[in-house]
Formats: sequence, structure tokens, C-alpha cells
Amino acid sequence: MPVEINPNTLIVGGGIAGISAALELANAGNHVYLVEREPSIGGHMAQLDKTFPTLDCSACILTPKMVEVGQHPNITLLTYSEVEKVDGYLGNFVVNVRKKARYVDEEHCTGCGICIEKCPFKVVDDVFEAGLGKRKVIYRPFPQAVPKYPVIDTENCVYFLRGKCKACQIFCPTEPNSIDFEQEDELLQLEVGNIVVATGYDLFDVGKIPQYGYGRLANVFTSLEFERMVNASGPTDGKVVLRDMETAPESVAIIHCVGSRDENYNEYCSKVCCMYSLKFAHLIHERLPDTEVYNCYIDMRTPGKGYEEFYRRLLNEGTHFIRGKVADVTDVARIPQEEGKIVVQVEDTLIGKQRRIPVDMVILSPAMEARHDSREITQLFKMGCDFDGFFVERHPKLDPVATMTEGVFIAGACQGPKDVPDTVSQGAAAAARVAGLISLGTVMVEPVRASINKEACSGCRICNNLCPYNAIIFHEDLEVSEVITALCQGCGTCVAACPSAAINGAHFTNDQVFSQIEGLLWDVRATNGQERKPEIVAA
Amino acid sequence: MRAIRVMCSGRVDPQFVLKALKEGADGVLIAGCHPGECHYVEGNIKALRRFILLKRMLAQLGVEEERVQLVWASASEGKILAEAVDKMTEQVRALGPLRWQETVLSGNGQWVEATPVLEEV
Repeated sequence: MPVEINPNTLIVGGGIAGISAALELANAGNHVYLVEREPSIGGHMAQLDKTFPTLDCSACILTPKMVEVGQHPNITLLTYSEVEKVDGYLGNFVVNVRKKARYVDEEHCTGCGICIEKCPFKVVDDVFEAGLGKRKVIYRPFPQAVPKYPVIDTENCVYFLRGKCKACQIFCPTEPNSIDFEQEDELLQLEVGNIVVATGYDLFDVGKIPQYGYGRLANVFTSLEFERMVNASGPTDGKVVLRDMETAPESVAIIHCVGSRDENYNEYCSKVCCMYSLKFAHLIHERLPDTEVYNCYIDMRTPGKGYEEFYRRLLNEGTHFIRGKVADVTDVARIPQEEGKIVVQVEDTLIGKQRRIPVDMVILSPAMEARHDSREITQLFKMGCDFDGFFVERHPKLDPVATMTEGVFIAGACQGPKDVPDTVSQGAAAAARVAGLISLGTVMVEPVRASINKEACSGCRICNNLCPYNAIIFHEDLEVSEVITALCQGCGTCVAACPSAAINGAHFTNDQVFSQIEGLLWDVRATNGQERKPEIVAA
Repeated sequence: MRAIRVMCSGRVDPQFVLKALKEGADGVLIAGCHPGECHYVEGNIKALRRFILLKRMLAQLGVEEERVQLVWASASEGKILAEAVDKMTEQVRALGPLRWQETVLSGNGQWVEATPVLEEV
């Protein structure tokens, strides 16, 4: 069955997965719409300091790609925007996007940043600086943001709250003025042929594990907080310090598997935590050579190119590795040496002893989790997601970037916990799949589809609501339902439900299945009712 | 154990189960992916809905509960499926053969198509 493919592609999510997919497609000469929820693209990778195992500066390798996306003639960048509705099918999607008001006119703004400088108000930056630093109320998440246009945080802006200030507008040097307090959300309708969903991950909320003391003990940090702290452009200019922002710690404990490999939270292994915990240990050794670093791990999982070598390097750098799950993090001292310290209670399973390690700082390495709203995203794009909320691929080994909905692909950590190299490969893989469809122009889709016999259809509309893909429409005038073949995925739910047996599921028709049952049971059928071995049919 | 492949547990028409029982099967096991993990979004939920109705009907016909079962076992969970089949085989073996003619068809020896009964469901 032939379907035409619109050569434009929608990419949802401007992290490294979305960026790599967008660049692959755009460089191949296809038009791409890149939609990002935050004011800048870059995603989690932009927040990181170094990337394991090579210790490249994360921003140094990411920002050139971000700039390339921002300037590419084939990429329409829609930041601070969200997808609201998706209609259509492979090759012919119609997508509604809400472009939220920035209150800055992108046409005239030069990105000079004077408005940010002059804005008199600061708030804690919970998103980019992970709560460790502050930002202005009119802001750019970070200096290298793409696009460069700032955005006004209306929840904290004094003008929006009390109607006074306008400092940004007064000092804006452009002509005409770029600050536009009257700007409204823009609703865009895009026509695209394929969609790549690369919405990324959330970090596990470490507050869910109270015994680890986050929020209660000042010097317990999350990995993202530490990542910002150790970053030279971060809130402490790269100095490793305690919460008072000046004292350097003399000893640090890094706790692996926080919220992962734990039946109470997430059973899965989050894959990247061992490696970034090792990276943290290395960075602490580098900045504070006299500081003792304890890595408390369950199992050291370092599969990947150069990863095991990195672990070996850390073993030689003098990190203390303690194999055991941490039971408790407390400030209650039992002996004088523990006074004023944070005590990490852990069973060292390699020597078979309980240990209490007094340290100045604790870093928790939380699991990667599916986005809190991943279930709504699956509804939007008609994909499946597993119990953990990660999107389900078409085949776990042989088709890892496609979904069961044709024309919708997934890439990056929205499919499962993943490090940067895997994420980039998946982004490129999804782009290759899309480019393949585009270059064909017209594709034949699988013939396992349902069709409705109009003569037999009674117009009861039972099938209309059953279809998970909304592929069945009802003709009011003829009082019959019809399957839109391009949308149908052939699951057969409607076929089984039709009370008039008017729906035919190609290749799995009622007659075919009945004949199979008869054929399978031909030998027992002959002896029906007599003593014999029981038979079970499994469907 | 004899298997019939369908695209999704949502495709399992209760007629298939009745047909198999009528044709001499002593039990029918419906295997689907776990709720929430359906490749077709929610086909297994629909299978579950139909299964509950079907069970009610089978009870009225005098077919023991153990003869028709639903198990969640995804493609990579061969062990779970094997265990379910083993367990069910034991249960059905204990019950003995299903005498469709005597149990379901009021003993007059006349075959009645199961389809009209189903349409009321």
C-alpha cells in the first residue's frame, strides 16, 4: 500500500539526541523543525562539566553543534515551545506547536545582553544551575545559549507582578525596542512526514530516600549540583566547596545507585552512574589532591570503550572503593572523630565489616528516570511506554529507534538510560531511518491492516473508540465506519470486537484463525468426548 | 500445547476460545504482554476486558474456571509462559477431558454453534 512522504521532519527535544538527529537530516538536505521546551537547546549535556572517559569539556564539544543548529538554513528552531497535538499518519503528520511568549522580539533582538545586565532582580536558578546559583529574571539559561535571545520569567518579573520596573525595556538599545510585554503565545501548525521524539530524562528525586539525608544535611549534594559546582563557568567558578561556598572538603563520599538497582525505587541499572561517579572522583583528585575520596558502589559497571581503563586509572589515583550499599548518612557522632562530620554507614562486603566513614561532603549519584510526563507524551505521539515510563522501541535488539507507530522514531534517554555516545548514535540512527523514508518519496506500508465491509457494517460505532490509533472514522451520512488504512497498525482489536463480523483483519481473518484451530485439533476432534490426554490451546 | 499466533492479545475473539473448546481442546491459554507494555498501546487491556466477560459466560455453561486462563508473558519471558503452561496442564489434567457435548450442550447430542451465544456478549 503506497504512502507519500512529506520531506519535512519534526524533532521533539533539543538535547544532544535531538541535535545530532537534526544535524544529520539537515546536512542531508532535508528541512527540520526542532522543538525544545526550554529557552535554549543543549539539554542535560550543556549542564555537565566534563564527559567520561576522555574528560572532554562538555560545553566545548556541544556548543559548536548547538551553534550549527542555530545557523543551519535547513533547521527551523522553535525553542520555548511545546507540541500540543499530533494528527495524521506516516508521511503526513499535522502537528500543532505552542511557541510560548518570550516577551522578547526575536526579529530585532541582537542578543547583546544589556537587559540581563540591567535587570535588578535575581532568583535561584533551579533548572540550569540545579539550585546552586542565581540568575536574573530576564535571562538566558547560560552564556552560550542557542538561540541567544533572552526570556522573561513572568512568575518572578516585577513588571508582571506589580506593573512597574521595565528596566529591560528602558535600556534595550535596539531600534525598534525588542522587549515586548504584550507578546502572546504563538500557535503554529507544521506539516511533517516523520517525527523523532528525543525528550530525554529526569533525574531521580533523591529526597525520596530520606536516610541519605538530602535536604536535611547541608553538605549532601546531588550529582547535578556537583556537576555545576565543578564547572569552571558554574556558580563556584569550578571550586569544589561545601554548602557555605568557601570551605574545601577534606573527604568526600560518592554514593552510587541512588534510586536504581533498588526494588523500592527503580529496579533497572541506570547505566551511566558508575562512570560519572568515577569522573567525579577524578575531578576531586585533580582539584583537591589531598582530599580522600570514597566511592561506595554495589557493583562497578564500566562496559564501554575506554571505560574500564578509566576505572583502572582511578584505582591507581588512590580513590577508596568500598563495595557495599550505603545504609545511612547521618550527622549523629558516636566517637569524637565523627564530630562535625557526616557519617556514611556502609557494609564493606569485601572485608565483611560494617564501616562508619566520617566525611565532609556526600555526593549522591541518582538514577536517570523517564520524564515525569512521559505517559502524556506517549498519548500525544501514540507510542507505547514500559512500566518505568521509557518509550518502547519496535524491537529491543533489531529496531531500537523505531516505534510501533510508523513515522514516529525515538532517540536518546527517553528510550532508556544512556550515555552521550549511545545517545548521539541513536539520534543519528533515527535520522538515517527518516532520511531513508524521505529519499524513497513513497513507501509501501505493511499489509496487515483491517478493513470494514460497508455492506455488513451496522454503524454501531463500537470499533471507533476501541482503536488505539484513532484509525477508524464514522461516515455520518452513510452510517458506516471506515478504517484509514495508513493509520491502521493491524493489531486486530476492532476485528475481535465487531458484533456484525464486518471487519476483516488481513492475514488474520476469523476464517483463517478458525481453520488453524481446526487443523491444530484435528486428531483430538475425532475422539471428542472419550477418555484421552488433555490438550491445551494457547493463543 | 498447540499454539495459534495472532498480532496482539486484543485480536483474541472470544469465538476463538469457544471454537477451540468445541473442537476438542480441554483448555485455552491466552498469553499477552503485560498491561502498560502493549506494542499496540492497549490491546491487552481490551483482551482482559473480553476475558472477564468470557469467563462469566463459560461459568454459566458449566466450564470450569481453570480451563480458560489469561497470562501476561511478553516475548522475552519464555520462562513465565512455560511455567504458566505447566501449571495449567496440571490443573486441566486434574479436571480431566472437557466433555463439551455433555457439559455444554445439555446432553441431547445436537451440536449448536457457539456464535449466536457470543453475539449477546
